[in-house]
Amino acid sequence: MRIMREALAGTLESSDLMVRIAPRAEGLEIVLQSEVIHQFGIQIEKVVRETLARLDVVDALVVIEDKGALDCVIKARVQTAVLRATVAPGDALSPRRIADAPVDWSALS
Amino acid sequence: MIEDTIVTENVKSRLAGVLLPPGIGPFGGITAPVSDPAARTRRNGRKLCGDLDEAIRRSGLKNGMTVSFHHAFREGDKTINTVMERLAVLGFRDLTLAASSLLSCNAPLIEHIRSGVIRKIYTSGMRGKLAEAISHGLMAEPIHIHSHGGRVHLMDCGELAVDVAFLGVSTADEFGNANGVSGRSHCGSLGYAMVDAARAAQVVLITEEIVAFPNAPASIRQDQVDLVVAIGEIGDPSKIAVGAARMTSNPRELLIARLAADVIEHSGWFEDGFSLQTGSGASATATTRFLETRMVRKGIKAGFALGGITGGIVELHQKGLIGKIFDTQSFDAVAAESLRTVATHYEISTNSYANPSSKGAYCDRVDLVILSALEIDLDFNVNVITGSDGVMRGASGGHSDVAAGANLPIVVAPLIRSRIPTVVRRVTTVVTPGDTIGVLVTDHGIAVNPNRPEIAARLKAAGLPVTTIEDLYQRAIALTGEPEPIAFQDRIVGLIRYRDGSVIDVVRQVKA
Repeated sequence: MRIMREALAGTLESSDLMVRIAPRAEGLEIVLQSEVIHQFGIQIEKVVRETLARLDVVDALVVIEDKGALDCVIKARVQTAVLRATVAPGDALSPRRIADAPVDWSALS
Repeated sequence: MIEDTIVTENVKSRLAGVLLPPGIGPFGGITAPVSDPAARTRRNGRKLCGDLDEAIRRSGLKNGMTVSFHHAFREGDKTINTVMERLAVLGFRDLTLAASSLLSCNAPLIEHIRSGVIRKIYTSGMRGKLAEAISHGLMAEPIHIHSHGGRVHLMDCGELAVDVAFLGVSTADEFGNANGVSGRSHCGSLGYAMVDAARAAQVVLITEEIVAFPNAPASIRQDQVDLVVAIGEIGDPSKIAVGAARMTSNPRELLIARLAADVIEHSGWFEDGFSLQTGSGASATATTRFLETRMVRKGIKAGFALGGITGGIVELHQKGLIGKIFDTQSFDAVAAESLRTVATHYEISTNSYANPSSKGAYCDRVDLVILSALEIDLDFNVNVITGSDGVMRGASGGHSDVAAGANLPIVVAPLIRSRIPTVVRRVTTVVTPGDTIGVLVTDHGIAVNPNRPEIAARLKAAGLPVTTIEDLYQRAIALTGEPEPIAFQDRIVGLIRYRDGSVIDVVRQVKA
């Protein structure tokens, strides 16, 4: 999938994470900040890369601020951010428009 | 003086020709024992100092000596920082700081360590910036972490000899009678300070209010006190509260609390006259609420409650479900007020609370205790001092003392905290040895120490979700993944002293 615009998913609550994704000309750049980076930094990056690969995202800037989220949460937030970022910019004028915009849900299967 | 001469002449004639036993002299007049001539004219006010500097000067404090403090004001303490700041300004160096504990509010001490005012520290714990700085190698000498009972033991065995104790008290009279239950800024029990008052070579009371003699009750007494000085603020009691008196609404904490109450009910000690100690954490506080219904249903009452006292314990006491309270630290305003007003709420020193070498410690007589944990491992060893990142951020407190003394020590903890597992293969730091822990209660089930098979049998018979600690560990790892080991340097920044004074573990400097 091609990242068309900047998008956010998640919160900064404990056990959650905030994912910001933005278009990038070539390749993946992942910026990871985490409260548990010493113990789980490698694992978090692995989950993020796997999730992006499954969605076929190859060019993107992904900035993550993690508050100790479990893998399932990380995966869900990254997926949501990607799907929000793949909506064409002109379509996303309001939250309702974002919700109604065509999303390629099959990418999640 | 003339009268003295007449009297001594009289005595001389009476003793004429008497050979006194060696070392015993004749009566020298009634004023003879008073060495300070000025004191004869102001005997009663002789301890009062005009300001802190005068108190420090008169205490005889010198470079390299040991100063002590109590931490009953917890995050609201102002005495430690104020006194250490003055000692720094006056140019003292190489002091040993022996505080019963240190908290986040003590971050200003970092500067005094850097500048050489403080060379060595004894404390039950540390938090915040100070703890981070020391974990990252701020001090040349490792810090000594002791338990509350172990601190008294270190004093009694001579290792920790306090030269000057600076004890913050809410009221004192000019003669040195002091307590923590009256006055503007009252912290409640002075359980820690009572120990220092009885042992330090010089005892200086730092008070907010000088009241008329005689101040009563006297938690610290005139026969223990050398100097008294008033300062603006000794502490802010509103910042003491650690276990807020309100009931937690967190469903996970409530689940753990209910399970812990179930464990207590079926432990075998839940009989009329049983005794208990609960900590200050949300689950521990909530456990007391769940106990209430179980006690009423069974028609039993507790004989006594011990330890750091919370509003939850006070409430059960007020309802007649707990006979007596023995309070070494008041954890909130409700506890402090109860100590002030209720006759069967007693103040005890940490010596009688938990010192393993005292002639009798209450913690050896308690049936059930609820303890917390940052980490607990497959051998039930408990860490309450270092976080999973290896940085110190807690306190030994009475944990190992009560675990060793109580009939059934129960650890309550969530299985994971955000992504950090609480049940681990090997704890980062051992504070309390696993042999002394009976039961672990988590939101994913209960594990009983294999050395207590009778407890496991009782809990299983009651239908409680008993599993093994290995199983809890596997569940935690299944959720979080296996954590990478923390990278430590070789340098030791902390010595964990068990309650008998021995070293049970060390804390190494974390890699930056």
